[in-house]
Amino acid sequence: MTNVIGKSATRVEDKRLLTGQGKYIDDLGTKVNTGHAAILRSSHPHAYIKSIDKEAALKMPGVKGIITGEDIRGLVKPFSVGVMAPVEYYPLAIDKVRYVGEPVAIIVAKDRYAAEDALEKIKVVYESLPPLVGIERALEEDAPILHENVGSNIANHREFNYGDVDKAFEEADRIVKHKFNFPKYTATPVETYGVVAEYDPAHDQYTVQANFHGPFVIHSIMAQALQIPSNKLRIIVPKDIGGSYGIKAGIFPYIVLCGLASKLIGCPVKWIEDRQEHLSSSASGTDRVTYIEAAVENSGKVTGLRMKMIDNVGAYIRAPEPASLYRNHANSTGAYDIQNLHIDAYAIMTNKSPTGLIRGYGGQELYFPLERIMQEVAKELNMDHADVIRKNLVKEAQFPYKTASGGTYDSGNYEESFELALATGKYEEFRKKQEEARKNGKILGVGLACIVEPSGSNMGYITVALTPEERAGSLPKSGAAEAATVSMDPLGSVNVRISTTPSGQGHETVAAQIVSEVLGLPREQINVVAELDTSTSAWSIASGSYSSRFASLGSSAIYYAAHKVRTKLFKIAADQLNVKEADLELEKGSIFVKNNPDKKFSVKRAAGLAHWHPTSLPDGMEPGIYETYYYTADVAQAPNEQDMINSSVTYGFVADMVTVEIDPDTAEVKIIDYFTVHDAGKLLNPLIVDGQIMGGLAHGLGGALYEELAYDKNGQFLTGSFMDYLCPTAPEIPNVTIKHTESPSPLTPLGAKGLGEGNTMSAPVAVANAVSDALAHLDIMIDDLPLSPTRIWKLMGEAKEKVTTP
Amino acid sequence: MKPPKFEYYKPATLEEALNLLEEAGDDGKIIAGGQSLVPIMNMRLASPKCLIDINGLEELSYIKNEDNTLKIGTLTRQSDVEQSEMVANVCGLLAEAITQIGHVQTRNRGTIGGSIVHADPSAELPLALLTLNGSVQITSKDEVRTVAAEDFFITYLTTDIMPTEVLTEVTIPLMEEKSGYSFQEIARRHGDFALVAAACHMTVDDEGLITAVRLALGGVEAIPLLIGDAEDILTGEQLSDSLLAQVAESVEMESDPESDLHASSEYRTHLAKVLTKRVLTQAYERARG
Repeated sequence: MTNVIGKSATRVEDKRLLTGQGKYIDDLGTKVNTGHAAILRSSHPHAYIKSIDKEAALKMPGVKGIITGEDIRGLVKPFSVGVMAPVEYYPLAIDKVRYVGEPVAIIVAKDRYAAEDALEKIKVVYESLPPLVGIERALEEDAPILHENVGSNIANHREFNYGDVDKAFEEADRIVKHKFNFPKYTATPVETYGVVAEYDPAHDQYTVQANFHGPFVIHSIMAQALQIPSNKLRIIVPKDIGGSYGIKAGIFPYIVLCGLASKLIGCPVKWIEDRQEHLSSSASGTDRVTYIEAAVENSGKVTGLRMKMIDNVGAYIRAPEPASLYRNHANSTGAYDIQNLHIDAYAIMTNKSPTGLIRGYGGQELYFPLERIMQEVAKELNMDHADVIRKNLVKEAQFPYKTASGGTYDSGNYEESFELALATGKYEEFRKKQEEARKNGKILGVGLACIVEPSGSNMGYITVALTPEERAGSLPKSGAAEAATVSMDPLGSVNVRISTTPSGQGHETVAAQIVSEVLGLPREQINVVAELDTSTSAWSIASGSYSSRFASLGSSAIYYAAHKVRTKLFKIAADQLNVKEADLELEKGSIFVKNNPDKKFSVKRAAGLAHWHPTSLPDGMEPGIYETYYYTADVAQAPNEQDMINSSVTYGFVADMVTVEIDPDTAEVKIIDYFTVHDAGKLLNPLIVDGQIMGGLAHGLGGALYEELAYDKNGQFLTGSFMDYLCPTAPEIPNVTIKHTESPSPLTPLGAKGLGEGNTMSAPVAVANAVSDALAHLDIMIDDLPLSPTRIWKLMGEAKEKVTTP
Repeated sequence: MKPPKFEYYKPATLEEALNLLEEAGDDGKIIAGGQSLVPIMNMRLASPKCLIDINGLEELSYIKNEDNTLKIGTLTRQSDVEQSEMVANVCGLLAEAITQIGHVQTRNRGTIGGSIVHADPSAELPLALLTLNGSVQITSKDEVRTVAAEDFFITYLTTDIMPTEVLTEVTIPLMEEKSGYSFQEIARRHGDFALVAAACHMTVDDEGLITAVRLALGGVEAIPLLIGDAEDILTGEQLSDSLLAQVAESVEMESDPESDLHASSEYRTHLAKVLTKRVLTQAYERARG
């Protein structure tokens, strides 16, 4: 296995994408009678809707119809979600709005211009309610309540105890603790949401094209909301999606909304979200407050952790939330061997936009406090941060490593990877340089972070949001199933159909590499169909593009499907050549007898026989070549009664070292160098791997330095354009050095693990640690992001005041 | 993000454009590069009923050096000025300022006149024009008048220009021997509007004594702000730390920046002082050669 897999093959997608021939949702043709939708959104963070007058708007030229919450009442059930709190979330606000940007009405007109003209004519009378913005405020007795029938703002609350936490804290030499805030931010796909929905009254069926990327468990949620049999909801995902990073899972309310509008208004409905809508209302990561406490020995060994995590899921908890709290449950102690763990997890609701999947999902929120507190431990003990990390890393001999909360880290050599990061970044040398620079008034700092990068989510993990007793009341969930189909047509051409809904990651390329290798055919001859159609594709609830699941799960399904084809071809060839299958070998499109290579049968001919001359096939063999494989991993078990859960299939490792310089006058942070070492098992295509890492890192640096979806204290949304929401662009990206170690996963057939989310998880805290290190002489605590110059300048000013006026 | 309906005209001559503007009155709006107007129309923050597109008026696109005065036609693209060797040779400050406007793509579309009439308080061109003691030529059907930059900017996004007028030319008196300049800004990202920008133009005699200086700041007031005290404090002196501190103090007195998401008022004031010292120092060093 080294002909094609593992090679830096260039991407088959790039030719069409770079020459403007990609086919995104907005490029797909529409029928002549298609109406174009615009959505009226709430300007209030929290208010009752007293009345909506749409008469004047309906009279505007080109308007086909207007749907409000009142129109869908009774036609649609609230979207189901995996918590007990009875939160009612609909695709349009009914009776009440709960965030700025919440859809209040949808207008369908002959074009988007006419729809937006009419939008201005709808008169909505609101009765304002006090807004709820702060995370901890949501838990106070007298806080405004968003959902009266829930009775509080808590959507979910669970407490977990693993090991003997109280003992660890009693016996600790010291306890290091702090409160950290992680802000609300997004991942900024260049392409926004898009839906083309058509209701067909003849078959009572909804056919919807949308740049939705799963998880396809949400297909069930949409069908249930529409109260239709699930085969009456056909979702077609175009082969090209312009980035998502998790955000496009949040499109599902709009799929239902446009479907309903199509049914009620009587024409296909197309809606392309604009950037203002996207920033205010699409989906984002959760903002989180974490109270973290570490029980520490004087040696630097951390023996126990307590974390109280409060996630803000926005105005409505919606699937897959509260998964942000639990996606990293198995790897809650990160890269460290800590067996005593207490977690107090809250998902609360405030008057901000609802959250959802985002690259890194829950990881950056977890590792920000965890890796910050490790540096604080070093400070407290007057040790080098690197030594504290060394003291606590899981050791090579411990793999497969069982975590306190039920995870199994499948493979790794964390110490080797970490030392490689330090050596690459010349850590010791930088420390000397830093000391020298200090004498000249320059402020340099170095930040370290080690994180475990989970991939391939176990569909059972989200059920730890329920108590074991609550779980017992419903059917158990587990697995991480993914499917792929490999087929050969009568002339021997190969088609591969995947259900991993790529959004730019190069799945077509890697799928072709895998099938090329297994079938011994040139990869250029393999046609990969990335379009997913829920009525004709092989898919399951876990299908889609999230939790870095392609390399671990998608690639495995493709590999095994290709092997089913290979086995069938070998059976045909063995029968034709009158030898045993075991005597055969495959190379360059030809199946031949190992010890007599002249005796051969071409792959093309074997496939051809299955179509043109099926009676010649071995007894009992089906005609045709069309093989589907559904892959899951046995390790993705349902949680047990002790809430132990292996929340992901594979676990990679990332060690980062970043160096920064802070301008003493302007407090601007400049990243000098970023070094990152990844262990993602066997790399399927190193070129794509490094591209994915750079993308994840850019997002991580955005979280560290620039990005926040900001609201004022009254709940008004402040970052509705790219002038206000600062997404880093190419010039903001520093020098980056990427290195790899490879500890193949024993769980996947190709030894691969997922990647691409790691630096999104690690960079915010790595940079925060570097800034904290740079400002150590001022004793400044970094516990909030992003690290904007105005924030750092304020901290520096306060610290200097403290020094001068003790 | 689609604009409301508007009428669109593309005149072939300036005369035709001025006639159209006169007819449209308050409803008319000139469009050139569209780098500010189009986004605000799409966001429906502005809804002019009548757009008059002057992109066809090639005669308004030129860069000339006449009688020691740099003359730039209003329709000249920012990137043309950026790439002009003549501008680099005779007006370094403008050349330095222009590279800090937005991005290559926006400079390819954005025009010199467009940015100046838009009058964003943190934009580069209004600040450079003020620092260089430039003026603008304004043309209507009835007259052509010239207004000094010091009198042109009135308040946030508002200038002396009337609805029936077009800014047609920008003029900048050229620097003398032994002069130095500096244009610096602090922005959150490459290409963003400056949190604070500062520009300085200075002449120095053979002894190193400052003979004239103009210092101005962007982003600290509703319009680009000329720091008149700088002239009084520095003229006849060699630049020193204590003089820099004095000027910075004046800057602090005169600045009244707003707070927003990206910078507090206090931080902006602080940056204004930091940048003041930096541009004065750089301009002085350059002037001394």
